[in-house]
Amino acid sequence: MKKHSLKWSTIYLAFVFIILYAPIIYLVIYSFSAGKTMESFHGFSFQHYMDLFADTRMITIVINTLLVALLASLLATIIGTLGALAIKDSHGKWRNSLMSLNNVLMVSPDVIIGASFLIFFTVLGVRLGFISVLLSHIAFSIPIVVLMVLPKLNELSPTLVDAAYDLGASRWQTLTRVILPAIGPGIMAGYFMAFTYSLDDFAVTFFVTGNGFSTLSVEIYSRARQGVNLEINALSTLMFIVSLLLVISYYFISQHAGRRHHLVTVKEGDAQ
Amino acid sequence: MRQKAVFIVPYALWIVLFVIAPLVLILYQSFFNIDGQFTVNNYLTYLTSSVYLKMTVASVWYAFLITAVTLVISYPTAYVLIHLRNKQFWLLLVILPTWINLLLKTYAFIGLFSRNGSINQFLQFVELGSHQLLFTDASFMFVAAYIEIPFMVLPIFNALAEINPSLINASKDLGATQWQTFRSVIWPLSLPGVKAGIQAVFIPSLSLFMITRLIGGNRVITLGTAIEEHFLTTQNWGMGSTIGVILIIAMFIVMFITGDTRQKGGRQ
Repeated sequence: MKKHSLKWSTIYLAFVFIILYAPIIYLVIYSFSAGKTMESFHGFSFQHYMDLFADTRMITIVINTLLVALLASLLATIIGTLGALAIKDSHGKWRNSLMSLNNVLMVSPDVIIGASFLIFFTVLGVRLGFISVLLSHIAFSIPIVVLMVLPKLNELSPTLVDAAYDLGASRWQTLTRVILPAIGPGIMAGYFMAFTYSLDDFAVTFFVTGNGFSTLSVEIYSRARQGVNLEINALSTLMFIVSLLLVISYYFISQHAGRRHHLVTVKEGDAQ
Repeated sequence: MRQKAVFIVPYALWIVLFVIAPLVLILYQSFFNIDGQFTVNNYLTYLTSSVYLKMTVASVWYAFLITAVTLVISYPTAYVLIHLRNKQFWLLLVILPTWINLLLKTYAFIGLFSRNGSINQFLQFVELGSHQLLFTDASFMFVAAYIEIPFMVLPIFNALAEINPSLINASKDLGATQWQTFRSVIWPLSLPGVKAGIQAVFIPSLSLFMITRLIGGNRVITLGTAIEEHFLTTQNWGMGSTIGVILIIAMFIVMFITGDTRQKGGRQ
């Protein structure tokens, strides 16, 4: 009886994994097809990769996307870490309201964030483009950094900070020599999550990007609306490799950060 | 103390400018019509027009179906995973697809579901004939469920992992069958995970617009598509904001019904 049920569960799990991975493998396989559609395989070829590397528009967009992601995650990490320090120092009601406000953007659907930011930028007269996209990415990445740094701050023993003060350290010295090194892994994890959030965001960017500036997700969307183009398959293979590398590095960061029970973190942005 | 105050400034600015201001603005904007006049007509139109009401009901219904399908697939998955030896590794494999760009996963289905795509080739092979798959409600829901599965598996997995095994042993010792143990012990104890999963899937499903456009065809069938349409196509921001406010209210209702289990769910 036991063996029987075990077998069914294996079949079921195999079925789920096939569903989960078939589309991804399918994309990768057809990126090497010499044909033009995802209907039948026309022999092995690197043609679509060559097209991709010759596509200057796409390369510009990749650079834009990376630039936004690097800048946004850096600034979000700085502001988010300061925010976590502020939340840590607050008490009672203040702390609760700060946490609630912090989580508003985490729970809001992307369309709401995108639409409300679009109104906001228009009211302020910010021209839609690089700046509006960058500001939006910083904005939606800050809460995740706070959530990554805060547990590390809570783990930090207050006696350690008191000891630093007793030994005559200034506020600044205590911060840079005691607190920041202790929460470093949390900051790293926060930076990393912010980076991947920014890299993959579609919905918010789509609202605030305007004409002329585009990121990878928005570009894939507009090309996908025109139908199948195997250049996108080639791109997805490369992005799949990048994602794998990111997951592996996140795995090491989180190990280092001692958050082993949080090893599997899902990307929230994806659900939107 | 002064240094501390300087630290708070950027974060406080962020809260005021990017958390509070946008929410206030979307509420404010919802009281203006397309010509920029103050009015409550957007809400009146919404509440009296059969188009908007039908679309809302349809959106909730789709979100419900997507959530139900995802739950039916994910609960057994989490249940099987929890009994495996390297369960953390297998869980990681379930989570891995969430790290791949959402657009690319959706794009894959354009190829899979196309008229001469692999699914139709398979259907023809088993002599079921080829069908129009793309731009149907079923394909839209399938892709949405596909995207959401990991977000449902993870909280249920966490809830199941937290169950004290001695409770299950006790239930068996007391003579309960496997089904009774599941129904009276495991299921109630995993309920917080299920609720967190429902929350994690239902709200995004209401606000989907990308999958609707690419897989569901050019139809306005969810609240998210309606917002996108009003903001970016018809430029009627007032009506778009009104629907946005409705979506925010819907979000609060869902969070209220499923309880505040979000923090525990692992989706942070």
